[in-house]
Amino acid sequence: MTFAWTSLDTWIALTGAACAMACAVLGNFLVLRKASLMGDAISHALLPGIVVAFLVTGSRASLPMFVGAAVAGVLTAWASEWLRGRGKVDAGASMGIVFTSLFALGLVLLNRYARNVDLDVDCVLNGLMEMSVGEDLLVGKAVPRVFLTLSIVFAINLGVVVLLYKELKISSFDPQLATTLGINATLMHYLLMSLTAITTVAAFEAVGPILVIAMLIVPAAAAYLLTDRLPLMIAFSLVIAAASAFLGHLGAMTLPRLAGLDAPTTTAGMMASAAGGLFLLVMFASPQHGLIARTLRRRLLANRILYEDVLAMLYRGEEKDQRVTTDSLQHDCGCTRWSLSLALWRLRRRQRVEMKGAHVALTPTGRRVAKRLVRSHRLWEQFLAERTTVATDHVHSTAERLEHVTDERLRLKLATQTTGRQDPHGQRIPEEGTLDA
Amino acid sequence: MQDILRTILLQDHNTRVVVFGTALLGIACGLVGTFMLLRKRALMGDALSHATFPGVCLAYLAAQLMFGNGRSLPVLLSGAIVTGLLGVACVLFIRSATRIKEDAAMGIVLSVFFGFGTALRSVVQSLPTGNNAGLDHFIYGKTASMVSSDAITIGVSAAGVTLVVLLLYKELRLLCFDDGFARGIGLPVLRLDVLLMGLVAIVTVVGLQAVGLILVIAMLIIPPAAARFWTDRLGAMACIAALIGCASAVAGAMISAVVEDVPSGAVIVLAATGTFVVSLIAGPKRGLVARQIQRHRLASRTRTGLQPS
Repeated sequence: MTFAWTSLDTWIALTGAACAMACAVLGNFLVLRKASLMGDAISHALLPGIVVAFLVTGSRASLPMFVGAAVAGVLTAWASEWLRGRGKVDAGASMGIVFTSLFALGLVLLNRYARNVDLDVDCVLNGLMEMSVGEDLLVGKAVPRVFLTLSIVFAINLGVVVLLYKELKISSFDPQLATTLGINATLMHYLLMSLTAITTVAAFEAVGPILVIAMLIVPAAAAYLLTDRLPLMIAFSLVIAAASAFLGHLGAMTLPRLAGLDAPTTTAGMMASAAGGLFLLVMFASPQHGLIARTLRRRLLANRILYEDVLAMLYRGEEKDQRVTTDSLQHDCGCTRWSLSLALWRLRRRQRVEMKGAHVALTPTGRRVAKRLVRSHRLWEQFLAERTTVATDHVHSTAERLEHVTDERLRLKLATQTTGRQDPHGQRIPEEGTLDA
Repeated sequence: MQDILRTILLQDHNTRVVVFGTALLGIACGLVGTFMLLRKRALMGDALSHATFPGVCLAYLAAQLMFGNGRSLPVLLSGAIVTGLLGVACVLFIRSATRIKEDAAMGIVLSVFFGFGTALRSVVQSLPTGNNAGLDHFIYGKTASMVSSDAITIGVSAAGVTLVVLLLYKELRLLCFDDGFARGIGLPVLRLDVLLMGLVAIVTVVGLQAVGLILVIAMLIIPPAAARFWTDRLGAMACIAALIGCASAVAGAMISAVVEDVPSGAVIVLAATGTFVVSLIAGPKRGLVARQIQRHRLASRTRTGLQPS
């Protein structure tokens, strides 16, 4: 069997991308509102709507089923919200109660009254997108119907979000503020939920619920880790959604072959997996909120603090005429040998300290910098002791933290707010003016 | 009529097995679910149960490759437990290590794990032997065809879960109501959380077999939520939840044995939903009627207070 990329594959990937982007654009607001699982709830709760629509009309036509499912979807959103508000049930639980009950009702109806109907369970579970796209192309249509439907849904969702951008934004971040500004936050909530329900229904038949649930949450969550600005977040989520669709279909075609099997696997499932993979990538590698960047930043900060602590410690050693060795430094800082060596290496390179045998000594430049740090520290101690209720034996640890973020202007201000030239422990506060000496 | 009597009196061996099995499951779910609800993690069962699916498929594939036969229940169940717990670990990690909230973390895990599961499932189906692997039982359940050994498995797990809950009752209570305080007095909060999730995982995996993926979520959420309307005390709530879980299971199993063509898992859930609706309206502590009466009393008391006496 060959795995060449045909025009059918392009259409499948495009259909997946349309679905993914239609979901992702709404997903941004669901994630911000902490209502991410609404898509999960709605897509399970559609079952009774579809079955009832079938029982009433007796046909498998798309429109009645669409209406039935949309009603069930909106009902789910509405009932969960009512249970949470009036029934005082925990938000997650209220959603869980509604959707599992509706799903159970759907199963009973399906088994009791519509057993012989070909409501294909496999289709409901997996959404055989390959088939729904392929059928249309076989009939000779230029553009698959599924793709058209999902593109229209995407256009509608995007249009609503653009038109009601301000209202949606304010009511998502701060419903109380929205209400005081005359925006009906409740209406916005139900609008968003209804759009979610309709999108879920439109995509349900073509691509299956799992892709919808994944695309409502995962691209938006990944985009949330990439930026702090909502327009950018929406844009990123759309890109991630489209990328997961293409990567997913590619994966569905190629991965089983790598494992030595000769049949492709379901595209929808792989698109969800691809979205998960992209999320994982963003979670680690995002420049701002990524785990790697955050660890790195924390490490750099720790290094800078150690660097400054060493300087201050050397200055105190000079005051007491004590010789400071690397061993005593390591003992006093409570740091690892390796990070101390790194700090000392940087201090030597910048000519702040020099090694005299086993001893570490300040250079004139180093002394100037160290003096500023110690001055900051003691000024803070004095300030805390004089102007606040912090006990004298507790001021040290606070000052130890503040000394690293205090600049010359702040020191001047502290000096005018305190009296005396000594800190509460009786040690002399170095003069700012003698820095160049 | 005779059929109905036969069923209710549990004379039929098959019905007896199903009723006992599901009743025990109902009790265990009610107990564990109570703590989950109060810990505000009601939907964790949702994430966990979806996350078991790739484990089932992977275990099947692995067993198929190694022993040539993947249809061994213990293997499938251990696969389910492994990825289920991995899913929960991912939720907790995403929540604590990034700025993503718990609901989105659950949604990510749920959809990605399950999506991966469906991809694996179609791989299993494309294997020459895999067409009838019975993996779908894990999604829809197969209550009616439960056999004695299934009921025993459920019974043993339920008893184990109940025992652990009773032994660690005080610790779990503290964890649910004030985890900050629990940490303050030196309880291993993280380990307790993991333990609680482990209990949920056991109940879920056992329940998957019996009632299916979606419905085991219902059994973890609905009975505790219903019990919450009847009492403000944790002990009482756990007992009521277990009772509701047990009663709905028995009622559902019996109804589905009597009425033709109804899946018992779904009927069990609907029985629980019925109990929930009754509790929502009539619950003496937080029910709608009770709260309405309280509001009226307060209103009339306020009015009397305002009148000059």
